Amino acid sequence: MTAAVLDHDSADAHEEHPTSLRIDSRKLAIWTFIGSECLFFAALITTFVIYRNSHATGPGPKDVFEVPLVTAGTAVLLFSSFFVVMALNGAQEGNRKKLLLWLSLTVLCGCFFVGMQVYEFTGFMHKGMGYSTNLFATSFFTLTGFHGTHVAIGTLWLGTLLKDAYKGRIPPNKALNLEIAALYWHFVDVVWIIIFPVVYLMSLFAK
Amino acid sequence: MATAALDPAHATSPKRSVLVDWLTTVDHKKIGILYGASAFIFFLIGGLEAEVIRLQLMKPDTHLVSPEFYNQLFTMHGTTMIFLAVMPISAMFFNFFVPLLIGARDVAFPRLNAMSFWVFLLGGLFINASLLMNAAPNGGWFGYAPLSSRQYSPGVNMDFWALGLQILGIASLAAGVNFFTTILNMRAPGMTLMRMPMFVWSVLVTQVLVLLSFPVITIALVMLTADRNFHASFFSYNVAGGDPMLWQHLFWVFGHPEVYILIMPAFGIVSEILPVFSRKPLFGYSAMVFSMAFIAFLGFGVWSHHMFATGMGPLADSFFSLMTMLIAIPTGVKIFNWIGTLWGGSLQFKTPLYFALGFIAMFIMGGLSGVMHAVAPADLQQTDSYFVVAHFHYVLFGGSIFSLTAGAYYWWPKMFGRMLDEGLGKVHFWLMLIGFNLTFFPMHFVGLLGMPRRIYTYPSGLGFDGYNMASTIGALTLGVGFLVFIYNVIRTWRTGAHAPADPWGGATLEWAIPSPPQEWNFAVEPTVTEKDALWAMKRAAGVKVLPEPPLVSGKGIHLPSPSWWPLFTSFGILIFMVGIMVKGETHGFPFGPISVFGVLLTAFSIFKWSYQPVDHPTSH
Amino acid sequence: MSTQSVAHDQPHASGGKYVQIAVILFVLTALEVALFEVSHEAGPTGFGALLASHFVVILLALSALKFWFVAMFYMHLKFDLKVLRYVFASSLLIAVVVISALFVLFTYNRTLWWATGVWK
Repeated sequence: MTAAVLDHDSADAHEEHPTSLRIDSRKLAIWTFIGSECLFFAALITTFVIYRNSHATGPGPKDVFEVPLVTAGTAVLLFSSFFVVMALNGAQEGNRKKLLLWLSLTVLCGCFFVGMQVYEFTGFMHKGMGYSTNLFATSFFTLTGFHGTHVAIGTLWLGTLLKDAYKGRIPPNKALNLEIAALYWHFVDVVWIIIFPVVYLMSLFAK
Repeated sequence: MATAALDPAHATSPKRSVLVDWLTTVDHKKIGILYGASAFIFFLIGGLEAEVIRLQLMKPDTHLVSPEFYNQLFTMHGTTMIFLAVMPISAMFFNFFVPLLIGARDVAFPRLNAMSFWVFLLGGLFINASLLMNAAPNGGWFGYAPLSSRQYSPGVNMDFWALGLQILGIASLAAGVNFFTTILNMRAPGMTLMRMPMFVWSVLVTQVLVLLSFPVITIALVMLTADRNFHASFFSYNVAGGDPMLWQHLFWVFGHPEVYILIMPAFGIVSEILPVFSRKPLFGYSAMVFSMAFIAFLGFGVWSHHMFATGMGPLADSFFSLMTMLIAIPTGVKIFNWIGTLWGGSLQFKTPLYFALGFIAMFIMGGLSGVMHAVAPADLQQTDSYFVVAHFHYVLFGGSIFSLTAGAYYWWPKMFGRMLDEGLGKVHFWLMLIGFNLTFFPMHFVGLLGMPRRIYTYPSGLGFDGYNMASTIGALTLGVGFLVFIYNVIRTWRTGAHAPADPWGGATLEWAIPSPPQEWNFAVEPTVTEKDALWAMKRAAGVKVLPEPPLVSGKGIHLPSPSWWPLFTSFGILIFMVGIMVKGETHGFPFGPISVFGVLLTAFSIFKWSYQPVDHPTSH
Repeated sequence: MSTQSVAHDQPHASGGKYVQIAVILFVLTALEVALFEVSHEAGPTGFGALLASHFVVILLALSALKFWFVAMFYMHLKFDLKVLRYVFASSLLIAVVVISALFVLFTYNRTLWWATGVWK
């Protein structure tokens, strides 16, 4: 949420001279926020790892996880990272067509991923795994739910930028508006790069 | 609402009411004053709670308040003093002085800064509203599971605590991003990192601690809320395999950096005051910087020393013991450097120096009992006794509060343009020093005699009586000391001497501009050539005090416009949390209509905020 | 606006580079899933068993590699200001230290002390 607030918000009081680090404050701020988020997900992942075998009642990882579905979701998220750098490239070159094409693909990927998660969660419910069925379920839903919320916020953010781009409001000198959103989006992607093996593959592999 | 943006040159024109002006302000100095005023009121509430606790404990077998209310009192006292007094009073100084000290016109994100304040204020009011409902948090300020679970705390008390801290965490994280960025990116030309005033360094280190520790408590509180309201069992010891130890670990992974968040700004303030009143530069500047960074780094590797009594095993105990003792080294470096700064200086015995010296002496005592806790076997004897209460009050009251009070006397003239009375200031100091030691020194003894912390009352004949009486008398003396401070403020508000720009012979940039500063801080942006920038300017000019700076019109200076959206965003966040509590009491589903409304209000406000121009185009 | 244009003086990778990274990420993900399938079905001996015995280490290495590629190229850390690298790296360091320490505290003590009653 802080990330979204940073968009467009920079004190222009210092316009007359460059900033101390010769970098826009918004970019430094989004990196600071990402650094902070590392600890946010660290606490969530730790909790999941500690509790992943606590499923004395109700289904465990082997009863519910579906590798093909999650692999598809992982691929979508990875590709969306690629799409958003291409969109950024387009914005920096002033190529509106390129920007619009890749950015819409990114937003589409975001929607698809959230849809995948909703589908996955619904399936788990049908298999008798509710939020509080057991600790494995609770910590799984908490971790992936927070990640999904991040994806949803990122999708909304990129969606507003898509609208801006459509109206021609992202010329090359404002490409930074997209760049900070892209940085956030990539971070959400790298978190999934950790979650996919640690939460899915390792839990399934464990004895 | 974008039309609310006014020409900044007329931002204080009489057309806008004073109330609207303060509600929509994005000026870091006004936000600083808002932080200070609200935090001081919370400080008085927390102090009043402490006085009632002391009256309850004054004599054996007392029943001044009910045991239930007593639990609420000590929980609220701790929570209030840490999150609603010391942190935001420090935030007052960050807000008002960081931009001035680095030669900037505002922080990097003025509207985000306003949001931080409003979120903090609403969070503080939310927690304190519980007192009016006689349902204040009652599980201790660290909310140990399983006591904090629904099973053992069935009322809404701990919901207020968990959701309130969650709100305050959002404020701290937003401010953390903001000040980290401001300090790294908004410095005046020539203000390199190693020329920054020590207070700015302390704020930078504090923000790093905030950014890396608050996310952990955010998650811990989410899990506690899930346990209490959504039938999860993260921390309840039951067949599902939940583990209360996880709460303790997550809490202290946050909690230990948190105590450094409380003390670092105090280090910084004292490091500003000592050089000015010793008339010589800070001794060992770079050693001070690196020791502070080292303390912060080690601060992430010592959390389990709060948990020696939980039986972590000898390996973990030894590791955390050694790491904790290691922290004594950089802390010792800082203390010796402060003394080195005083050594051979021409000391100006003004009130700020009194409090700064008080800080050094009291903090050393708190530090020494801290090293005693680092010894795991000794800690088993001391933990959860009044000895621990004595220790952390020596570092947090003797340390933080003494230093923040020193800062208040030091910077008051700059903030409000009036000098506080020196005589009353010294009366305040002696009452506080004597009252403080009378309150907390006996607690060492009564703790080692076996008086547990948080105990409601005690029978006579255990040797506790005299010590407790002394502590209560001390606490009342402390209260009188702060009444003297309030009297001082009221008396000098209109009739006190007008403060010149540089009343103390200051070393740093804030003393180069009028008291109080004009809205744009610096009419001409300063250029810095070395450490202690103002002393360097005075040397270059060959004078001891620079001529009084003239007030300027500020025409053409470009300032961010006021905005309503930070306030609305904060209300959205508050409503979301209230929704969880109201709904969570009876139903399992987390998001009732109130929460959904809160989320929508937050999202809408952020959206409008994003598209509101930073300043009005016509003002160029 | 001067503050914005300075950010773009940094050289960024080209579109072609981005395609290469996308391919690498895709291959690495395929390897992760393949590693899982092979280890999962592995018998007691042979190559599959060898992979299975090092499953966690290999998997973490593969995902760390993916993480590195995204951070360095897509997030431009390779080309951008060093301070951004420090901000991210130090946060990650603290995060990894905290995860590892908590993991040790919750497994080492559990298996060796809580469960067996033997202090080590």
